[in-house]
Amino acid sequence: MERPVKIACHNLWKIFGPKPTEFLARHDRAPSAADLTAGGYIAAVHDVSFEVFTGEILIIMGLSGSGKSTLVRCLSRLIEPTEGQILFEGQDLLQASETDLIELRRHKMGMVFQHFGLLPHRTVLDNVAFPLEVQGISRPRREERAREMVRLVGLDGREEYYPRELSGGQQQRVGIARSLAVEPEVWFLDEPFSALDPLIRREMQDEFLRLQRLLKKTIVFITHDFAEATRLADRIGIMKDGALIQLCSPEEMITRPADAYVAEFTKDAPRAKLISARTAMTPAGGLVSAEGGVPASAKVEEIAAYVLGRAEPVPVLGDAGEPIGVLGRDAVVEIVFGGPRSLESEKGRGERPTL
Amino acid sequence: MTAVPIVARRVRIPRQSAGRNALLLALAIVGSGVLLRDLLPWTFRLPDAWVVPVADWITALFNWLGYSADLGLFTFRDLTRGIAWLLAWPLSWADGILYSGFPAIGLPQLPWIVLVLLITILGHAIAGWRLALLAGGCVSYLTLFGVWRGSMQTLSIIVITVPLAAATGLALGILATRNRRAEAVLTGMFDLMQSIPHFAYLVPVVVLFGFGDVPAMIATGIFAMPPMARCTILGLRTVPSEVIESGRMSGCTPRQLLWKVQLPAARSTLMVGVNQVIMQTLAMAVIASLIGASGLGFDLLYSLQSLKLGQALEQGVAIVVMAIVLDRLSQAYARKQPVRHRHGEAIWHRHAHAALAVAVLVVGYLLSAWAPALRILPSGWAITTAPFWDAIVEWISLNLYGYLGLIRDGLLVNVLIPVRNLFLGTPWTIFVGLVALLGYRLGGWRLSLLVAALIGFIVITGFWTPAMITVYLVSIAVVICTGIGVPLGIWAARKPKVASVVLTICDTMQTFPSFIYLIPVVMLFKVGDVAAITAIIAYAMVPAIRYSYLGLRRVPTTIVESAVASGCTRRQILWKVELPLALPEIMLGVNQTIMMGLFMVTITALIGTRDLGQEINKALTDADTGRGLVAGLCIAFIGITADRLIGAWSLRRKRQLGLA
Repeated sequence: MERPVKIACHNLWKIFGPKPTEFLARHDRAPSAADLTAGGYIAAVHDVSFEVFTGEILIIMGLSGSGKSTLVRCLSRLIEPTEGQILFEGQDLLQASETDLIELRRHKMGMVFQHFGLLPHRTVLDNVAFPLEVQGISRPRREERAREMVRLVGLDGREEYYPRELSGGQQQRVGIARSLAVEPEVWFLDEPFSALDPLIRREMQDEFLRLQRLLKKTIVFITHDFAEATRLADRIGIMKDGALIQLCSPEEMITRPADAYVAEFTKDAPRAKLISARTAMTPAGGLVSAEGGVPASAKVEEIAAYVLGRAEPVPVLGDAGEPIGVLGRDAVVEIVFGGPRSLESEKGRGERPTL
Repeated sequence: MTAVPIVARRVRIPRQSAGRNALLLALAIVGSGVLLRDLLPWTFRLPDAWVVPVADWITALFNWLGYSADLGLFTFRDLTRGIAWLLAWPLSWADGILYSGFPAIGLPQLPWIVLVLLITILGHAIAGWRLALLAGGCVSYLTLFGVWRGSMQTLSIIVITVPLAAATGLALGILATRNRRAEAVLTGMFDLMQSIPHFAYLVPVVVLFGFGDVPAMIATGIFAMPPMARCTILGLRTVPSEVIESGRMSGCTPRQLLWKVQLPAARSTLMVGVNQVIMQTLAMAVIASLIGASGLGFDLLYSLQSLKLGQALEQGVAIVVMAIVLDRLSQAYARKQPVRHRHGEAIWHRHAHAALAVAVLVVGYLLSAWAPALRILPSGWAITTAPFWDAIVEWISLNLYGYLGLIRDGLLVNVLIPVRNLFLGTPWTIFVGLVALLGYRLGGWRLSLLVAALIGFIVITGFWTPAMITVYLVSIAVVICTGIGVPLGIWAARKPKVASVVLTICDTMQTFPSFIYLIPVVMLFKVGDVAAITAIIAYAMVPAIRYSYLGLRRVPTTIVESAVASGCTRRQILWKVELPLALPEIMLGVNQTIMMGLFMVTITALIGTRDLGQEINKALTDADTGRGLVAGLCIAFIGITADRLIGAWSLRRKRQLGLA
């Protein structure tokens, strides 16, 4: 919690069905699953609370129908939440008037859509300039800014093309350029790469990381692809049936899944890339020498070859270079190739694996 | 065997016993109807004294509105005159540009050579050389065959009416997408408006606005507007939600969202609406000649009435030619995608077509001042094929009329008159009973009550006899249309080469205004029921063909393949697999054929049938609004009844087959 909070979301509900507000009030704002089914209601967002820190990449994951897209649309009030509170830089978003909301969207929020949401009748340049145009910015100024954005996403030379003349990846670059044209502080991305081919998807993920290194936005990113989430995320939240069941770092999600569902979800994750030496080691403060040690922040993948090449367990060094534990070959083998312990961690609810 | 017939057989089991009950009930209805016919004569024909004078009430209302209603500051008549006066302005401008010129300022009308070239350039701008040549050639026909003035009069009404009707439709469509209650009211209204034949719109307009071009424009605009509103609703509803969301996230105000995102994104559907408005406007502008609209329709009506058939044919072709030009241009425009331009292109390069058009306009005006033949083609230069056609007609009546007359009379005596007598001799109770029973079987109580009420309206308003004549004419025509159209559609579905020919013919025939179909049938059969039925068949055939073709093409390939794999012969595949699956679609085609037949039968009143259309025709001469409107409503109600029954059957069948 060292970083300032950009968006805070408290007890957010979005219920589909007749008269949802009355329904919530009737059940003390805590209807059970049975209450929902009996009334024919669907809770797309089910009592969700979380915070987004300034400058982080927060990824919301879930299968289709888990409510992740609805949640991100509630954050920008594209969908009106039924109940709850959303604080955007401390301002209560649900109390904001239509005019306030338009101002917020014009200056502070940008959004990228799964199927791009480009305007088919406008050129690349006009699409990118569109958010500036609706603000009433003069043509020369908005086109200059749009050209800059088009260059940023690597589409220079395509300014006069129409969306139908571009590939999916290129169209999404336009979508990204458009969402960044107003220099938003918060960037919402709703499954931005899901409609793309796997190879293009990877390329676009790299592009996304490059842009974020440059721009340092606060990001809420929706995906159903865990590999994508682990590549990009600072923190991952997993949603199921509208509820947010776990929100933590990718490493913690793998090593301490909140329940069997999360464990199943993270089963195929590239563990060696995500688990750090600090998590994998056996604590042994003070008893070992620091000689030939590895930093605690190093991921297992990076040090695996080194550890496996040594007969003795390798010391793990804390931030000040002091030994805080040891990492043995069997622990590394288990993380890289999987083993009985990883199965155990699926069963055990959130226990720290004893490596 | 494929899975589908098994499914069909499984659902047929409960239907059979229910079906037997329904059959018994139907027999009971017919039997009691026949028995009661002599015992209680009112079950056969409602006595005049019992008729509810709805028509008289409406007539009185309109007469009151038209002659004595006072709105305080001004009378209703002042209001209608004001509207007419307002509309006369743009029309007089269009007239001036297209054919009458502006004598006050000494500016002559658009020379024909300029219009031909402008339309050619427009065609090229929209879709390239082929369309350019087609459009230019068609407009040249109008001048070469000496129908220029009439064509320009019609065009003038069209160019003023279309934007007004389209804008009204657009506004109503937008309103409907924003307000659920408005949508319910408007769609109900459009359903009714689109089932009332062209003809019926004329009568109230005559009473309120009088005769002439402006009243014709008003009737035309009202008639042509609903498709635009429907396309607007459809277009706005089908804009992808992400496009709208991206607009909202860009910070659009609701107004910006509508004008900059939703409407442009719905462009092609909106343009389909405009295309329909144009075609409906042309069809109606021709028929509106009956209330004094000048133009091709008026000239055609005059030629027909004075039996100058050759001339009528040329004028008819001129209408067809105009229909083709307007249709192809607006369709191509609806499909047109924006074209990419290089950055920094010179302005005349970017707008090459516009620049060329301006040049043509200036040069054309200057040249035609020097050579007046380029402005108005001297009448001596015009080609006419009328004598040739007149000779053919004469030859037909001398040499073939014996045979044609024989065919006609044979049909009349052996088929038409017996069927007509059957319809006229059947008590109304049987019709109402059977329709209600069918409604109940297909859609439950609500449908049953609806259709019984619709047919009941015809009974109590006293239009039963002409309505039965309408039903008899349309029934025979629909049976023949189905008999020819469905096999044609099946044939086309099996042979791609046949399909391309048949579908092109269908496309072309669909652009012809209904009025046109009267010309050849009068040439062949003179006037009367046989001529009328032939015209209805020619006009209403297209949907029977098209839906059969589509229905067969939409049968899932996997099902056909599994039938082939099961060892079916071609014939077995057709009868046991394809036709059962395509039948719901084919029936929708028959439904369309019925609707179009009802529209056409109204117009055949002009060649002497004694149906509901004739009632409207008489109402038009007597300015009897109530009679005209109620007769129009009767036609609409027959159509809606058929539509709801067939629609309910088709939907139920599609659900059973898992296709809906």
